[in-house]
Amino acid sequence: MWDYLKLAVLGVVVVVAAIAASMARDLPYLVHMLVIMLAAAITFVWQIRRAGEPAPVTNPNEYMDGPIRFGVVATAFWGVIGFLVGVVIAFQLAWPELNFQWAQGYLNFGRLRPLHTSAVIFAFGGNALIATAFYVVQRTSASRLWGGGLAWFVFWGYQIFIVMAATGYVLGSTQGNEYAEPEWLTDLWLTIVWVAFLAVYMGTVINRREPHIYVANWFYIAFIVTVAMLHLVNNAAIPVSAFGSKSVPVWSGVQSAMIQWWYGHNAVGFFLTAGFLGMMYYFIPKQAERPVYSYKLSIMHFWALIFLYIWAGPHHLHYTALPDWAQTLGMTFSIMLWMPSWGGMINGLMTLSGAWDKLRTDPIIRMMVVAVGFYGMATFEGPMMSIKAVNSLSHYTDWTIGHVHSAALGWNGMITFGALYYLVPKLWQREGLYSLRLVSWHFWLATIGIVLYAASMWVTGIMEGLMWREVDAQGFLVNSFADTVAAKFPMYVVRGLGGTMFLLGAIIMCYNLWKTVTSTAEKQPARAAAVPAE
Amino acid sequence: METYTFLRAFADSWHLLFMFCFFIGVFVFILRPGSKKVHDESANMIFRNDDKPEGAGSDSHQGRHADPKEAR
Repeated sequence: MWDYLKLAVLGVVVVVAAIAASMARDLPYLVHMLVIMLAAAITFVWQIRRAGEPAPVTNPNEYMDGPIRFGVVATAFWGVIGFLVGVVIAFQLAWPELNFQWAQGYLNFGRLRPLHTSAVIFAFGGNALIATAFYVVQRTSASRLWGGGLAWFVFWGYQIFIVMAATGYVLGSTQGNEYAEPEWLTDLWLTIVWVAFLAVYMGTVINRREPHIYVANWFYIAFIVTVAMLHLVNNAAIPVSAFGSKSVPVWSGVQSAMIQWWYGHNAVGFFLTAGFLGMMYYFIPKQAERPVYSYKLSIMHFWALIFLYIWAGPHHLHYTALPDWAQTLGMTFSIMLWMPSWGGMINGLMTLSGAWDKLRTDPIIRMMVVAVGFYGMATFEGPMMSIKAVNSLSHYTDWTIGHVHSAALGWNGMITFGALYYLVPKLWQREGLYSLRLVSWHFWLATIGIVLYAASMWVTGIMEGLMWREVDAQGFLVNSFADTVAAKFPMYVVRGLGGTMFLLGAIIMCYNLWKTVTSTAEKQPARAAAVPAE
Repeated sequence: METYTFLRAFADSWHLLFMFCFFIGVFVFILRPGSKKVHDESANMIFRNDDKPEGAGSDSHQGRHADPKEAR
């Protein structure tokens, strides 16, 4: 009965999407409707081929690892795509000729740049977060994922969101809001997927067979709930037509700017920080085989982080039409954020106390420790840049880009790589990774790449900030904008090289993980009892 | 009173006080005497139930009632 209902709904979706596609007023909408139609049709065929079969027996005494395995593959795949697009646009900035004439309007910098940010944040980071969230919540709740096949819906629904967002950017459908570019149709779809994600997660936590909710889960819950709230408020918009991709935002003026950066900064705070801290608090203790340094500190970290982060957004709007008090408020809370962030960093690093030798022997631990180090560095640099006096030099320069990338590549990237290296042998029941040497190669390529990236962006950012404000004895500006662009060329090349190294490391990781699954020995079940020596 | 004025006044008085007290209260609760045992137990929970949910007949060294000392 339930199967037939599903088939009916899917059939209706296919037909409605086909009709909507035929009435589409613009190309992105047409493509999106075709994507929906195709996805629903494939699911329909998949469903009808197993109609009448007895329902698959799900064993509540086993963890549901299928969607996690798919999530790991998707993370690696989208990661490489996102890094590749990043390398392309880095070189487009160095050599504008790479904005090819034949691809104008599709593959020029303006179209590819949101594709890069969303691919790395939402496709790479989002898949990593969903996969690890599902893994961690099951292990720490000691119960199977709630909701039957709902976790599969979350996984595939999220991939459809990524495809819709990505095609939209290339075809020019955008709201023009940083990190919130997808238009109303894509936003609505993400809302549905996200509610399902929350339901699966909370259902599992409620079903838990452990008395306590482990701290990683708190971070994951804060991430899911807050992102839902941010997404709904910032994307409040009225579609121009039911058959077109364009919408008109509800907010306007300085309120719109404030809501956008309340969203934008908390996307950093709750998507890229809280969620990834959930990863840190599970995978570092597991890989180090030691409990977290101070559980008390981890709870303080959680509450202080979520209480302070939500106020820090206005620091993106220093010296704008935003009221002065709001700017100062944002700056003050950003500086206060330094404390919980460093508390968390110390907690992560000190988890290794008494096991520092692992840094020499275990490249995965090394990766995770460098990630925490970059977390500490970025959460020092960020508050510093939010100080108005510093911001007057750093804002609108490449220093911001360098800051974002030392955080995103160093913290989010490295902790995700560490988690992937931990997860793959576990999920595919392998004895261990295919090659630790290749992990070391990945580690050094990525680390040196980040250093090249961050250092070149510091130099070019501070340089252009100083050039912009340089005045001669008569009070005239010395440099034109084009002068600063020309002066930045060498640093742009270095940045592109750093990105290339990071991409190379990720490709090595993919090869290593592939070989781990396909050509290492399957893990032998542990022997029931030790046999005493004769 | 118009809604904005009311909300604004409420936000920077009573609600501010509530959030401040809640925040301090959380810290006091975390640092309460005798919480160390609970926190040690929580910090170590990740080392069990790695392969199967609780009570699924997993290896005895993974079950948390098997030997609490060993689980630590």
